[in-house]
Amino acid sequence: MEDIAEKGLQVVVALAIFAAIIGVIMLIVDRAPKSAREKVQIVGFLAPALVLLAVGLVYPALQTTYLSFTNAAGKFIGLDNFVWMFTQPEALITLRNTVIWVVLVPLLASSIGLAYAVFIDKARGEKALKALVFMPMAISFVGAGVIWRFVYAYKGAEADQIGLVNQILVWFGQTPKQFLLDAPENTFFLIAVMIWIQTGFAMVVLSAAIKGIPTEIIEAARLDGASAWQQFRNVTIPTIRGSLIVVVTTITIGTLKVFDIVRTMTAGQYETSVVANEMYTQAFRAGEPGRGAALALVLFLMVLPVVVYNARLLRQQKEIR
Amino acid sequence: MSAIPAENTNKVFPELQDIETSERPPIQRRVRQRLTSRGATAAAVIIAVIWTIPTFGLFVSSFRPEDNIKGNGWWNVFTDWQFTLANYEDVLAPGGSQSPNLGSYFVNSLAIVIPGTIFTLVIGAMAAYMFAWGKFRGKDGLFIFVFALQIVPLQMALIPLLQLFTQVLKIGDLQLFPSGTYAQLWVAHTIFGLPLAIFLLHNFIAEIPGEVIEAARVDGAGHSTIFWRIIIPLATPALASFGIFQFLWLWNDLLVALVFSGGGADVAPITQRLAELQGSRGGEWQRLTAGAFVSILIPLAVFFGLQRYFVRGLLAGGLKG
Repeated sequence: MEDIAEKGLQVVVALAIFAAIIGVIMLIVDRAPKSAREKVQIVGFLAPALVLLAVGLVYPALQTTYLSFTNAAGKFIGLDNFVWMFTQPEALITLRNTVIWVVLVPLLASSIGLAYAVFIDKARGEKALKALVFMPMAISFVGAGVIWRFVYAYKGAEADQIGLVNQILVWFGQTPKQFLLDAPENTFFLIAVMIWIQTGFAMVVLSAAIKGIPTEIIEAARLDGASAWQQFRNVTIPTIRGSLIVVVTTITIGTLKVFDIVRTMTAGQYETSVVANEMYTQAFRAGEPGRGAALALVLFLMVLPVVVYNARLLRQQKEIR
Repeated sequence: MSAIPAENTNKVFPELQDIETSERPPIQRRVRQRLTSRGATAAAVIIAVIWTIPTFGLFVSSFRPEDNIKGNGWWNVFTDWQFTLANYEDVLAPGGSQSPNLGSYFVNSLAIVIPGTIFTLVIGAMAAYMFAWGKFRGKDGLFIFVFALQIVPLQMALIPLLQLFTQVLKIGDLQLFPSGTYAQLWVAHTIFGLPLAIFLLHNFIAEIPGEVIEAARVDGAGHSTIFWRIIIPLATPALASFGIFQFLWLWNDLLVALVFSGGGADVAPITQRLAELQGSRGGEWQRLTAGAFVSILIPLAVFFGLQRYFVRGLLAGGLKG
């Protein structure tokens, strides 16, 4: 109880300080001399956000870029960190894994999400069916890690299995398997977790898009005698193309940054590491901030084209509208 | 790309319906349709089951006695039903460093997430208002720049921001944002949430009719009055949608917590503790199952309670790119 009271007090004090700061800003903004009022108001409203962003994102991003050219002692070493990344076997495995993640997760999560959205469209109990698949979105990656480590749990062949997947293997007369330890296929079992989480996102967005298709188009296709599959291929897909691209790119960005799943399920061991996890390991565990920064920079360069593509698409759509 | 649900167009085009039915024998048509929809429903149910079972298994297990959890699979509850709350008592009770002590970490999560969300909303809304209704040179350019900051992965900002906290932002030996307190986490979370907050809230606030604001201005209201009396009440739906998202992100975060919290029971959030438990005692399933469920309780409650806002926010966020 004492503990809660003390922590609660910290929160209350912080909120009070924050309210005081905002209050002072509002006061200054209102009391400013008439001639400069407009300017003071603009600065007062924008300053908190811009200062925080400059200090917390812009400066760090530049600093990280510089750090990536230094070694553990802070000395400038040119491209050595990048050479390390693209030549060392462990680092190469990390890059390979990241590529596998980025190809499989958006592809499978979007396809399953789309299929599911089509299947349950206008079905009875659509809402409940949606909620079931959507639910993993609310669960933290750490929580998902526990859930799936339990699904993959391994016991020797002579003992009763406690993991569902191994039990199913046993039911079919197979021997149980160490799903998270056996490289290289263990990466795929981690990827399954991410797909499990992201499918709900794809499903909800695509379902909304499908419901937005003008029914005249669907009726016209049906009139022409199009089968369900033809309708899906020639009507549904082209009409929701925009949403589909947004879903794929959003999941791609999320997948590139994936950290928690790998961290909690294998800690990046047994050849399962990915760039975002390796970045943390190098910078905060191995005492190599230079290498960590280089990995972060590579991550940035991988995310960049996806976001730029997305932004351009968004602008085109705005123009059309 | 709009998400307007399409109503049944049969009402709009009743004659189409007739033509279609007359084309083929009605029975054959009905059978075909039922078959495809039956296959689709079956597929949907299979997906829904696969997506739900992992969480369900964890939930059931968390109520089983320790020996049962470790001895056999959770599906045995259907034949051998034993119910206990001991696991929850064990993980929640305060105790030495050996016990999970999740109660404390749960409070930490709340203490991190609530201010973190409020700070982001207020500062983000202030900036969003100025970007939407302020008049100054370079406004559009600055806004695009803020939007573009979303490209910067969290990972790029971590190392320099930590250095900033520990080495630069201090008066004498006193750190402005001391290590091992919530302060660093609040600031870090606020910064990382701002680009998206400003962007989404701007889109909403810009849609508020200009006459409302003009009328207030004619009555002599300054920016601060307009902001608190008009903008904030009118923007409540958008604030709620983004607030829920920010709340869930912060609650589920692991990376920022690992870097800034220091890791003790005084500050670290529940996700971090759960990740630790997985690493150090990965076989203690009675603790992990109950602990995982404690950690996903709040997100699930938020998710099921506020699903409508959640989906609305997702669509706005998903379409933003």
